[in-house]
Amino acid sequence: MNATPTPVTILGGYLGAGKTTLVNHLLRNANGKRLAILVNEFGALPIDADLIEAQEDDIISLSGGCVCCSYGNDLIMAMVDMSKMNPRPDHIILEASGVALPGAIAGSLSLLNDYRIDGIVVLADAETVRERASDKYMADTVQRQLADADLIVLNKTDLVSVEDLSALKDWLHDLVPDCRLVESQQARVPPAIILDGLETELDGHAADKPHQIDRFETVQLDLPDRIDPKTLIEQILVRDPPPLRAKGFCRTLSGELATIQITGKRWEIGKAVREVVPGVVVISAKEPGALE
Amino acid sequence: MITIYSARKIITMNPSNPEATHVAVRDGKILGAGSLEELVGWGEHELNETFADKIIMPGLVEGHSHAMEGTLWKYTYVGYFDRMDPHGKVWEGAKNIDAVLSRLKQSDAALDDPDAPLPGWSLDPIYFDNQRVNRHDLDKVSTTRPVGLLHASGHIMNVNSKALELAGLLKSGINNPGVPLGDDGLPTGELKGPDVMTPVGLHVGFDRDMLACDEAGLIDFAKLCVRCGVTTATDLAARLPEEAVAMMSEVTARQNFPARIVPLRFHHGVTPQELIDHVLKLKKQSSDRLRLGMIKVVVDGSIQGFSARLRWPGYYNGAPNGLWYISPEQLRDIINMSLENDIHIHTHTNGDEATELVLDCVEEGLRKHPSRDHRFTLQHCQMADSAQFRRMAKLGLCVNLFANHHFYWGDEHYNLTIGPERALRMNACATALENGVPMAIHSDAPITPLGPLFTAWCAVNRLTASGRTQGEEEKIDVDEALYAITLGAAYTLKLDGEVGSIETGKRADFAILEDDPEEIGGDKLKDVRVWGTVQDGRIFCAADL
Ligand SMILES: [Zn+2]
Repeated sequence: MNATPTPVTILGGYLGAGKTTLVNHLLRNANGKRLAILVNEFGALPIDADLIEAQEDDIISLSGGCVCCSYGNDLIMAMVDMSKMNPRPDHIILEASGVALPGAIAGSLSLLNDYRIDGIVVLADAETVRERASDKYMADTVQRQLADADLIVLNKTDLVSVEDLSALKDWLHDLVPDCRLVESQQARVPPAIILDGLETELDGHAADKPHQIDRFETVQLDLPDRIDPKTLIEQILVRDPPPLRAKGFCRTLSGELATIQITGKRWEIGKAVREVVPGVVVISAKEPGALE
Repeated sequence: MITIYSARKIITMNPSNPEATHVAVRDGKILGAGSLEELVGWGEHELNETFADKIIMPGLVEGHSHAMEGTLWKYTYVGYFDRMDPHGKVWEGAKNIDAVLSRLKQSDAALDDPDAPLPGWSLDPIYFDNQRVNRHDLDKVSTTRPVGLLHASGHIMNVNSKALELAGLLKSGINNPGVPLGDDGLPTGELKGPDVMTPVGLHVGFDRDMLACDEAGLIDFAKLCVRCGVTTATDLAARLPEEAVAMMSEVTARQNFPARIVPLRFHHGVTPQELIDHVLKLKKQSSDRLRLGMIKVVVDGSIQGFSARLRWPGYYNGAPNGLWYISPEQLRDIINMSLENDIHIHTHTNGDEATELVLDCVEEGLRKHPSRDHRFTLQHCQMADSAQFRRMAKLGLCVNLFANHHFYWGDEHYNLTIGPERALRMNACATALENGVPMAIHSDAPITPLGPLFTAWCAVNRLTASGRTQGEEEKIDVDEALYAITLGAAYTLKLDGEVGSIETGKRADFAILEDDPEEIGGDKLKDVRVWGTVQDGRIFCAADL
C-alpha cells in the first residue's frame, strides 16, 4: 500500500483473437521493463519457448526478469500473492480467459490498493468477431467484452478485404459508439500504446521497428504554465486523430504537479511523486485505415 | 465370519426382494437379505440383534456435496435454521440479527488473541425481512479483530470495520457494484460476489486453505455422513493436487473411517489435455473408500447470484445475463476427450442456457464418439424445461437436481430471480422421471445441510421456507425419493452395481434408522431419526462418534 501501485493492463477478447501473440510481442519489446504475465492456465503454451528460462509449478521465469504465472480459478488470490513479489514487476499484463468480462475484472482489481488499472485492452479477430458477436451462446459475452474495452485492438486485418474491414469498423462503431480502435496484424501493436512509461519505449521501439511506428504519430504537447488536469484531458480526448495513449505531467491551477494517464477511453489523474518538467506525450493512429 | 443382522424391517431397494427381516454379511459384503431361515444356509454365523428394533435401508448416497462442510464447522455457525455439527450438537438457528451477534460475542469471548480473526458462516438475512447486517452491527462484536460472515448462498459476505480497514477498503470513493456504500460514503461492510469477497475474506480467516478440505475437515465430514445415514458421498469438486490425494488416501483407508468418498477433479486452471491426463492418473490411485477419476465442469454461476446463464427472457428483475465459466470450445474439447478416454463427467449448470449448451456439446460429442453408457450427469440443472429433459433422456444423460434449493431459496426465485412460472418448474423431479432421465437429488452441502432424508422431504413436499407449496406438479412420491437418494445417486456415479441397494454381492453399506421412512409419511420424512450406519460391514453408531 505504501509503494506506488503497479500498473495492470487487462487483456481481454475471445479465444483466438491473438492475446497470446500480443503477450509475446510485448515481452519481446519490453525494453528492460520487468513484465509479469498472468494467464488463466499454462498449457497451449502461452509464451514462446525461446523466452522461457525456467519453469516451476505455477510460475515461469522469462528472460529479462519477466515472469509468467497461472491463476487457475482464483485470479484475485493470485493478484494478492503477486503483490508480495520482490521485486515487484514494473507492469502486469493480465490475460483474461476468453469468456471473462474484463470490466468486471477491473472492478475487482480496483479494490486492491497495490494496483492501478492502466487499461482494458480487448482484442478482436477481424475475421471472426462479427460471427462470434452473434453466436447463440456467446453473443452477449463478446459484445460486453468489446464494450468494456478502453482500447480495442482489431487484429488480423490482413486477413480481410479492405471493404470488409471498413464495414467491420462501421459495425464496431455502431456496437460501441465511443470505442477507440487500433488495427494490427499478428497483434503487432507498439508496446508504448499498451505499456506504462511511454517516452523511452516509443523511442526504442521506433528505432527497432520503424515500419511499425509509421502508422502512429507521437506528439509532445505544449502546455500552459498552469492548467486544470481534467480540462487538459478533455482537450486531449477530442483531438483528431483520437489519442490511443497519453501520459505526462502538468502543473495544476494551485501549482501542484499532477500526472495524467490516458489509455483509449480511460483516463486517470494522480499526484506526481517527484519533481519533473511538465509535458505530455500523445500517441495516435495517423490514418486509422491506411495500412502499409 | 458371517454376521446376520436382524431388523424390524429392511428396505432393500432390490425390486425382486423389496423387503426383508435379516441381512447376512461377510467380508464387508452382503451375502443376502431375507428371512433368518433363508440366510442360515450360508453357514456358521453370529446373529447380531443390535438393530432388531430398527429399520435398515441401503446406505444413503449423496451425489453432490463438498467435504468442506466438515471444515466449516471450525467457524461460528450463524445460520437461520437449526443445524447439527459433526459432533452431534444441534446449533439453534439465529432468528434475528441480535441472535447472530450474541452467538458471535460468545465466540469472541473464547478467543484469547484480540487480533485473531472471527469468521462465521451460513448467514441468511433474507429471513430477517431483508434487514441487512452492516459493519456497525459487527463492530459491536469487536473493533479489534476482523469479523466476517459468509452468507449461506456463498455469494455474499458481511464484515466489520476492522476487516475493511485491514483490506484497505475503509475509504470513500469506491466505485464497485459489489461494494455498497452507506450514507457516509464508506462501504457498508457487505461484499457481493467472490471477486470482491476474496481480498477481504483473507483477513477474516476465509483464505484459500479454508476451501481445501484438510484432514480434520475430512474426518468431520465423514462424521456428518454417519449422522445422516450416508455411506457414500461426493466431494464435488477439488483441484486434487498430489498432497491432497495422499492425505485423502491415507485418511479414508483408516480402519475407523466411515464413508466412501468420491472426489471429482475441477476443470478450471488447466487445459483440457492436462485435465484428462491428470484424471487418468488419478483413476489409478482409486481405492475402495476413495473413488477417483471423474471430472466436474462448471459451466455457469448461480441463480441467486445472478451469474447463472439463462435463456430468453432472462432474469425476472431484469438483471443482465450471467457468466460463462468455460467457453463452448473448451467444454466441447473436454467432453470429446472424456468420451474418447472413458472418463465420467459431471457438469454444473444452473441456468437453462448453460444446460442447453451442455446438451448441444454432448450431442455433438456422441456423434463422434458413440458411447452407450457414459452417464454424464447434469448437476443442479435447476431450470431445465421438459424439452430439455426429453433431450437428456435421448442422450443418455443423468440429472442430479437441487431439491433443497426450493426450501431455502424458492421464495426468492419466485419473487425476484426467475419469477413465478419458471420457479414452479425448478428442479423438476417429476418431469425428469416421467421422461426416463435417471435422477438423483442433492444438498450441495455446505450450501445447504447434508441430509438425504431432508432432501427427499424437499422433493416430496416442495415447500418453501415461507410454507408455500411451489410446483405441485413436480412433487414425487416417497418411494421415488428414497430411490433417488440410494440407487438413483449411485447410478450417476456408476456405483449402482456396488452400493445403493441391499442384495447379494453388494457392499454392506446400511443406513440404520429409528423410524420407518415408508410409514412415517412424506410430510415427516425429514424427521426420520438416524441411529448411524454400517459401512463395508463396520458399525458406526452416531451417538458414539
Ligand atoms: Zn456444489
